[in-house]
Amino acid sequence: MPFLILENLSKLFDGNLALDNISLQLEEREIVALIGPNGSGKTTLFNIISGFTKPDQGGIIFKGVKITNLPPNKISRLGITRSFQRIRLFHQLSVLDNMLLATRYKEGEKLSSALFRTRSVQEEEEENIKRSLGYLSFVGLLEKRDVPSENLSFGQRKLLELAMAFASDADLILLDEPTSGVFPETKAKIIENIQKLNEEGKTILFIEHDMELVMRLAKRLIVLDHGKLIADGCPDEIISSENVLDAYFGERKFYA
Amino acid sequence: MEYQLHLFIITGIFIILSLSLNLILGYLGQPALGHAAFFAIGAYSSSLLALNLGVSPWIGLFIGASFAAISGMVIGYLTFHLKEDYFAMATFGFGLIIYSIIKNWVGVTRGPMGLPGIPQFVAFNSLYSSLIFYCILILLFVLVTIVFMKRIIYSPFGRVIQSIRDDELAAEALGKDTRRVKIMIFMIGAFFAGIAGSLYAHYITFIDPSSFDVMESILVVLMVILGGMGTIGGSILGAAVLILFPEVLRFIGIPDAVAAPSRQMIYGFLLMMLVMKRPQGLMGKYKLW
Repeated sequence: MPFLILENLSKLFDGNLALDNISLQLEEREIVALIGPNGSGKTTLFNIISGFTKPDQGGIIFKGVKITNLPPNKISRLGITRSFQRIRLFHQLSVLDNMLLATRYKEGEKLSSALFRTRSVQEEEEENIKRSLGYLSFVGLLEKRDVPSENLSFGQRKLLELAMAFASDADLILLDEPTSGVFPETKAKIIENIQKLNEEGKTILFIEHDMELVMRLAKRLIVLDHGKLIADGCPDEIISSENVLDAYFGERKFYA
Repeated sequence: MEYQLHLFIITGIFIILSLSLNLILGYLGQPALGHAAFFAIGAYSSSLLALNLGVSPWIGLFIGASFAAISGMVIGYLTFHLKEDYFAMATFGFGLIIYSIIKNWVGVTRGPMGLPGIPQFVAFNSLYSSLIFYCILILLFVLVTIVFMKRIIYSPFGRVIQSIRDDELAAEALGKDTRRVKIMIFMIGAFFAGIAGSLYAHYITFIDPSSFDVMESILVVLMVILGGMGTIGGSILGAAVLILFPEVLRFIGIPDAVAAPSRQMIYGFLLMMLVMKRPQGLMGKYKLW
């Protein structure tokens, strides 16, 4: 059974079809790029998979569970995590607190655990701190652990977001433009981390405009245009296909 | 001495009230402008139970606080999806509704005439010893409230509360059931406000709607903001400053006729200065947005 199944998803915004009958499947451990011009429905698709937007039609099945109408927090707990195009961190909380919020707690986040701190609750917290620090040192943010995340540079915040994706234990990670607006060195680091995530067994679907990066990372490419899925397959074939070039550059017959 | 003890008790009650609002305003980041309503529900429920049914204030205290918590849950359920200023308006409206009910439901609350003769917790013969008793009682309640708040805040659960203040959407994306947490926090905040109300009613022995109007809600907000949102010490400091400050005016010889209206002006001025010059308050670390 496929890992993620999208069936005939449609979404209407003020009479415009943001998504038009999208069907696709992801297999486990795939690393897939989602590309398309601005306004083609990429972020809408992310919002629908993660539950922030409800589709007008169609369904989503994740690991055999129908998640179409679940609230975002339930979908997240089933193992889908996402980043946002505009970085969303807890800006007044420390880097370590941000990481801990991404880690999974079985009982620690309950009110009763806060009031009665049993041994298992404390052990869980220690274990999560250890894991979080491990991931922070992996992305190179260990010395920033006590700094409020709003004091990080843009690139560092992008890295923290990735470290949180690591810590979240999610199986499917949706990344919305993971490298937009960062320095080349940070970009290289982010790419390395995404590959590492994938090697650890995570399935990754990412939106990206930088075609060089797309070609380097993705084993499969999905192209949206005006809410329609216009191509899905091996990057090398798609990049030279007629209708994708048309979507990006307009009809070229005038220039030919 | 009596006067000092009285101020101590009143300050203690307002510390409980400001700590309870701080949980909602400072940690959860929801600008609740109707907190006096929960204070009123606690005060009126336990007073009416004591006056009409002879319920002991000890039991009435918890029944009153539970009523406040239930109304907090209802408000939480109705407003959890409202953002910032809309939430502020909704809770402001809730404050007005509760105020109108206690003012106009004359058959039960005696309206503006108020409820006289509310029994005290224990009736000692001399006023002095009962004041000391009240001081100890209030001190205990303040300590319990502080310990409770600290336990909640410095825990993974407290981290979730604060994540909602910083970015509710991101918290939801990380699997936090933000609706549930918000409703729980409204309940806890309302519960402690209800305790403060009941303690107040059984101490003063007379309550009328004027103690629970919109200005009262604003005063508690001011306490939390002045001391510093999202700090326990800040709420204590804010409550103490704003309760004791009018007494200082009295001591420096300003006549009551001038002191009362100028107090409101000074509160307003303080609020403006804070928002412009130090939005995180005297001891605060966090801002609302």
